[in-house]
Amino acid sequence: MAVGTAMVALVIGVAVLGPMLAPHTPTQFVQRPYALPSAKALLGTDGLGRDVLSRVLNGGFSVLWMSLAATAIGAALGTTIGLVAGYSRSIIDDVLMWLTDVVLAFPQVVLVLLFVSMLGPQLWLIVLVVSISHAPRVARMVRGVTIEIVNQPFIEAAETIGVPTRDILLRELLPNLVTPLMVEIGLRMTWSIGIVAGISFLGFGIQPPASDWGLMISENRDGLILQPFGVLAPLAMIAVFTIGTNLLAEAISRSASNIGDVSPNT
Amino acid sequence: MEREQNWSPVQGGAWLLRRALLGVATLLMISVVVFLGTQALPGDPAIAILGRDAAPDRVELLRQQLGLNVPVIQQYFNWLSGILHGDFGRSLASRRAVSGLLATRGLNSLLLVGLSAAICIPVSLALGGWSAMRRDKPADLSVWVLTTVLTALPEFIVGMVLVILFATTVTRLLPAVSMIPEGESPFYYASAFILPALTLVLATLPYLTRLFRGSMIEVLQADYVEMARLKGVMERRVVLRHAVPNALIPTVQGSALVLTYMAGGIVVVEYLFRFPGLGSALTDAIANRDLPVIQAIAVIQAALYVVVNLLADYLTIRLTPRLRTSHG
Repeated sequence: MAVGTAMVALVIGVAVLGPMLAPHTPTQFVQRPYALPSAKALLGTDGLGRDVLSRVLNGGFSVLWMSLAATAIGAALGTTIGLVAGYSRSIIDDVLMWLTDVVLAFPQVVLVLLFVSMLGPQLWLIVLVVSISHAPRVARMVRGVTIEIVNQPFIEAAETIGVPTRDILLRELLPNLVTPLMVEIGLRMTWSIGIVAGISFLGFGIQPPASDWGLMISENRDGLILQPFGVLAPLAMIAVFTIGTNLLAEAISRSASNIGDVSPNT
Repeated sequence: MEREQNWSPVQGGAWLLRRALLGVATLLMISVVVFLGTQALPGDPAIAILGRDAAPDRVELLRQQLGLNVPVIQQYFNWLSGILHGDFGRSLASRRAVSGLLATRGLNSLLLVGLSAAICIPVSLALGGWSAMRRDKPADLSVWVLTTVLTALPEFIVGMVLVILFATTVTRLLPAVSMIPEGESPFYYASAFILPALTLVLATLPYLTRLFRGSMIEVLQADYVEMARLKGVMERRVVLRHAVPNALIPTVQGSALVLTYMAGGIVVVEYLFRFPGLGSALTDAIANRDLPVIQAIAVIQAALYVVVNLLADYLTIRLTPRLRTSHG
């Protein structure tokens, strides 16, 4: 837990405070291309002679806000679908689950690329599609837990005394979902970072000359033999971020042993 | 699965038929999503492809080429009936039939995914089983640490680390770029497969390892395993004859998930290694706004998920006598 928190805090710190600490602007020419680390550029320069350190310090914010937003929207959407499906105990459940299956059929990156292909690389669109691709995964978990709870006496009691459905969903069911949801959000966040950074890596996310960790890896990989830090530094940041969020999810799931094993791939 | 106890018992055949029909409905819905996401957007796809300041006669030509001059509903049915006949249209970039491109690129990707799965599945089973037998001992914990770290890492990070270690900075043992000249048999270019396959294996290994570990631990505590032990059956035999076959059943669905996950993973992995497969064909097509190719690959990717999962469901039923006879 402590390790995970420290890792996530480090990355958030770099992403938020980095732009203020950067010695150069991210697009400024500092030294000859692919220069090795020196006093002028502590992590060397990239293929256009820009300071790698400054670009790393500036390149985290896009990954951070996009993955946070996609996770939050996806979790909210998925929780709503899962609660309604699990509580309805009717054809609504079957239809909703079938619809989630349609979305699940697309690999998450492919779904994003599909919509980006014609509408262009717009960041809000990427956030929206990533969140839609998360929703079925969250929904299935929420539905599963809801179905377990819904047959318990306290729900029946609430129904008998005429508590409105909305209140049953929000006040009786949702509080029981907090712990599994926190685990799920941790896992979804790990995946969001991977997808958002991956889309930038593919060149369909944030566009040059802006600085972004995924984009940096893709831009600097041709110079790996000359100057490895242009790839290593953003790569380390993404790795620390995803391992951190995953450790957090793992820690929450272990502290609440009744949830059982969580599968990270689904 | 939770609600299925409430259903009246159905025969495996009827259940399978129901699943197959649902699968067809899912496939249809997939085609609608792909069509809506690409062709039926607000605005003119022809202008989206050529750019805002394209000459009107070129736009008109492309509209005819793509069949955009009929109502949207009819465009959809024309496109769908083409797919059902194996005709995915013509690539806007190369002017070749999309189906031809899919065949050559698809073979490379199929080999890549097949090779990766053929490594991933046995290795994860061995690792998961080994870890389960040593539960909470140092070996188990080291597997836990390894899988926790690997699970968290996106494929392109894993792939870049491999490139740094084996193809550029640290050593140069393997090619960083997977060259398979077009028209030549991929079998002559084995070294092109090593790093991409290793990336896919490392990305999926943690999930299946943990799945099998959990499944083995559960089975090893089951009554029938205890019974066998009490009867004096040797531990080795208990594990191999009684525990493993039952613990393997959930890994059928797990392997299906690994396969579909790899099918998505090839997009990033093939781009990274410039491997000439379906995944890199998709990223190339998006860069060129090659609409028919994008549509075809998205449909194939999603259809694969439906088919693989249907097969896995079928296999799971065949392997579980309890499900085969009563409800399921």
